[in-house]
Amino acid sequence: MTMALLQVQAVNKSFRGLRALSDVNLDVEEGSVHAIIGPNGAGKSTLLNCFVGRLAPDTGSVLFDGKSLVGLSPHQINQAGVARVFQTPEVFLDLTLEENVIIPALARQDGPFRLNAWRRLGSRAAVREKAQHVLEDLGLAASRHRTAGTLSRGDKRRLELAMCLVQEPKLLLLDEPTAGMSRADTERTIELLQRLGERRITKVIIEHDMQVVFSLASRISVLAQGTVIAEGDPAAIKGDPRVQEAYLGGAVH
Amino acid sequence: MSARFEATGGARRDHLLLAGFALVVLTMPLWMRPFGAAYPDLLQRFAIYGIFAIGFNILFGLTGYLSFGHAAFLGVGSYAAVWAFKLVTVNVLPAIAFAIVVSGLFALAIGYMSLRRSGIYFSILTLAFAQMCYNLAYSVLTPITNGETSLQMARTDPRILDTWLFGPSPLIPSTHLFGMEMKGYPGFYFCAVLLIVAFYVAMRISRSPLGTMLRAIKSNQNRLNYTGVNSRPYALAAFVISGVYAGLAGALLACTDPLAGAERMQWTASGEVVLMAILGGVGTLLGPFVGAVIIKYLENIFSAFNEQTLHSVFGFLPDGVENVVVAVAGLFVGEGWHLTLGMMFMLLVIFLPGGVMEGARRLGGLWRTGVAAPRAGVRRLAPSDSPSVGGGE
Repeated sequence: MTMALLQVQAVNKSFRGLRALSDVNLDVEEGSVHAIIGPNGAGKSTLLNCFVGRLAPDTGSVLFDGKSLVGLSPHQINQAGVARVFQTPEVFLDLTLEENVIIPALARQDGPFRLNAWRRLGSRAAVREKAQHVLEDLGLAASRHRTAGTLSRGDKRRLELAMCLVQEPKLLLLDEPTAGMSRADTERTIELLQRLGERRITKVIIEHDMQVVFSLASRISVLAQGTVIAEGDPAAIKGDPRVQEAYLGGAVH
Repeated sequence: MSARFEATGGARRDHLLLAGFALVVLTMPLWMRPFGAAYPDLLQRFAIYGIFAIGFNILFGLTGYLSFGHAAFLGVGSYAAVWAFKLVTVNVLPAIAFAIVVSGLFALAIGYMSLRRSGIYFSILTLAFAQMCYNLAYSVLTPITNGETSLQMARTDPRILDTWLFGPSPLIPSTHLFGMEMKGYPGFYFCAVLLIVAFYVAMRISRSPLGTMLRAIKSNQNRLNYTGVNSRPYALAAFVISGVYAGLAGALLACTDPLAGAERMQWTASGEVVLMAILGGVGTLLGPFVGAVIIKYLENIFSAFNEQTLHSVFGFLPDGVENVVVAVAGLFVGEGWHLTLGMMFMLLVIFLPGGVMEGARRLGGLWRTGVAAPRAGVRRLAPSDSPSVGGGE
């Protein structure tokens, strides 16, 4: 049996006595698209924050590629090969699209810190080429000299994805990638993510929108009140009465 | 914008800008004459505070971290330089090198602690550290700073290197660069050359990967951290570089006038460099120098105007009107030059938040649309300006 890329083992997290996660176990297989769904307040975001170094679990472990992520800071986790997309797209609004993509490419090549104060950025041909390639791939090349602040929300998401892809991550975390988007933008984003599926980057998607989940995921975990209540392939989850209860009936027993 | 990336074309444009800057700075004694500012003491000040402001802008303009304590490094640079004069030699080069090292170490320590916080808390921390330095200079540290009397050179100073080379000096020697005294125009040209070097270094930093990372800190530090970049050492590098610029400026103040007083470190001096950067244009290469020149000009020229000057300026008016005009204008000159500065600052921040450089850019834009009026409409419809960009795959 191969080892899962991301292993979450018996993770607990409380906020001032309030149990946000209790005994969460989760395996994300390499190459899979793993969706984590659940009603509001189920602990999805808390779990994601435990993956990226924003929060440390009280007990339990998060292993990525066999190494623990607990206690690492966000930039260390990114350097280990985990890239993330935020719920509201987070990009460098004052910088050009090209700079937005060059920065993560530089971070991949130079590591978390390298004092490069003399050579021109323009002379870093490898990094520029990579950025250019990803911008072209995502249909942003024509506007690479525009500042990111002028983009529509859907295009900001597209740019954010470009920033992640240029790093060639082993794991891509998507936090509600279509939240707050118009129907058309949502569909375009799904299409884009499906196309990215061909690259076989392992993805974890946190999502509300069932359409998004069922059109992308190869495996689904359902979170309710801080625990995983069901896990399986999309067809199995669709028919699971516990899942329907969690979504429609509110409390689980 | 694209200039940042075009490796060859961008470099050529930068060299032109540098050449233009050097020309403007070195010819200041000529073109400042009609403004009544062509005397070496003031020109030295323009160059020195230009260095201070350019360095401050590397921190504030690029990373957005607003330090309210940069005058501390200016003061430290001055003290270090004067001590080098007293103990080693009155040649300015070792003094400048020593000041750079000492202010750099100071900036490293203060920056390391202050950068644990951002926003207003960072500003308050830097202000607190600077005020601490200022008060220490007046109290506990008087053996080093000579307190209120200011640190000065004395006839009895050891000046080890000078004594060893040339024997003891009967007088207090003046500071020099291999025999060239740092007074008057030679002093100005020395400062001007260092200003040009400082400008060039700032330009290189701004175009480098470091500069891009610093801009990314200003734009979205959270995103940067999740992009695999450890933003703290980058911000610290910017802090130390700008501290070194301030130390260099402080050393030059001491080179042209070998005296170091604690008032140089007071918070008003820290505030002044913030004003210079904002007045000229935060984040631009030329802006901080322009701001420094404007403020030092107002401070030295406007404050020297008195009622007599005003009467001679407004002499063409009928007597009654003249008296009223002089009375009103009198509020803005002499002691009241701060009022002029304050009004200017307010107007600028309200109407031109990008400072003088934004004004220049807007004027340039107006001129260009005036020339290319028929093409303006076409340009507005160009595809790169359409709101959505992802549709055409």
